[in-house]
Amino acid sequence: MEIFEHNLLFLFKNMPMLLSGALTAILLTFTSIIIGLVVGIMVTFFRIYGSKFTKKLMFAYEWLLKGTPPLILIFIFYFGLGNYLNLGEFFAAALALGLRSSAYQAQIYRGAVLSISTEQTEAGLSLGLSRFRTFYLVILPQAIRLSLPGFTNEFTIVLKDTPLAYGVGLVEILKAGRDILAQQLSAAIVSGKVTASLNPFIVYLTCALIYFVLFEIFYYSLNALSKKFQIPGFIFDK
Amino acid sequence: MADELLKVESIEKSFGKQKVLDGVSFILNKGEVKVIVGPSGTGKSTLLRCINLLNPPDKGKIYLQNKEITSLKHTLVPAVRQKIGMVFQHFALFNHLTAIDNVALGLLKVRKMNKTDAYKKAIDELNRVGLADHKDKYPAQLSGGQKQRVGIARALAMDPLLILFDEPTSALDPELIGEVLAVMQALAKDGMTMICVTHEMGFAKSVANEVIFMEKGKIIEQGLPEELFSNAKNPRTREFLSKISQLYGETGHK
Repeated sequence: MEIFEHNLLFLFKNMPMLLSGALTAILLTFTSIIIGLVVGIMVTFFRIYGSKFTKKLMFAYEWLLKGTPPLILIFIFYFGLGNYLNLGEFFAAALALGLRSSAYQAQIYRGAVLSISTEQTEAGLSLGLSRFRTFYLVILPQAIRLSLPGFTNEFTIVLKDTPLAYGVGLVEILKAGRDILAQQLSAAIVSGKVTASLNPFIVYLTCALIYFVLFEIFYYSLNALSKKFQIPGFIFDK
Repeated sequence: MADELLKVESIEKSFGKQKVLDGVSFILNKGEVKVIVGPSGTGKSTLLRCINLLNPPDKGKIYLQNKEITSLKHTLVPAVRQKIGMVFQHFALFNHLTAIDNVALGLLKVRKMNKTDAYKKAIDELNRVGLADHKDKYPAQLSGGQKQRVGIARALAMDPLLILFDEPTSALDPELIGEVLAVMQALAKDGMTMICVTHEMGFAKSVANEVIFMEKGKIIEQGLPEELFSNAKNPRTREFLSKISQLYGETGHK
């Protein structure tokens, strides 16, 4: 019991470190998601409305990024690219996670656009709207709504992938927890009281708990957003 | 001499190797109602999509009010489409907009009317199809027949020169067909120029000026409805029409 209290007290003292790690994780998630959103929309547009060549190019892009483990992508952008261009841990990780997310986001948006019947596009055109304005006024407002559940999912996946940035030394939640453990262990060894060292179980559970809280917050806010923009009475029918 | 509105001149259209339209020609006068019948896959829908340039023909010419529309620049095409209304088989309402917003969209974004005028006109058009009470409902909250009437109101709102109907009742439950046909009949009696792809023979008999029978991308026979129904010259026409009357009934909806 004493050890348990000792652990909690120590964690409490080091909370600022964990919370600053959490802030980094949040920033990394948002940056990655925004990169993924911008690139993902472009990929979607060219895969649906592009020429044969651009369609194939976009397909290859998605295929390559989906087929590569994200940690390897982070290493490529940090160590590989680092020889020529030093992005720093944060932006290397954000670019890697963001581009990977763009491939998945593109898939979500494409599914949404294609699920809207072509008759609606024809109806927009037949009113005298241009192709672009039909996309903007008819297809896009529906595609965004249809994409929200998938986007929510993708958002939480990126959030839970942020500990991979630990691999290049970014102090996010997991690295912060690990640093706290290491500091305490060396202090315990120096003072000769190894039994008083922190229990890794408790530290990592705390890290997991922070992720879980973040997950809940984002999941519920994004779901609330989906509900707010839901089309009354609309169930997936074309 | 009647007032010629639309002239279709030997148009051809292929999708890949398949020739869907193979030299179709006809003239549509102002105020005329033409009904196009024929087996599925004979290019009836494609013909309509050629006329409003959603799928421009490969060969042949189309004239609207004596002006050729088949050789227009890209940028001028929307202005032509604006004059030609279209009603779709699956209604094609914009799911994210209420009934009145569906009708008002073209007025606001294409005709650039101000909000007050656009919604006033939209309400008038919904009234015309008997749906003013449902103006704030979303498509998903309407029945099939109501959706199609909103679709008709949306086309009417643009004050088109003619309206193309692409099997407007074939996706409807039988008991909902009547309300849509009633609206179409009323339009025809008001003098709207219409081309309808439909198998509703009752409708054809009551309002069509001409029935066109198409098969394999060609017009096989055309004529007054009573002529075609009672003594068609071509055996294929007779066979097809008798099958259709068995299926849909002789009288149809009145």
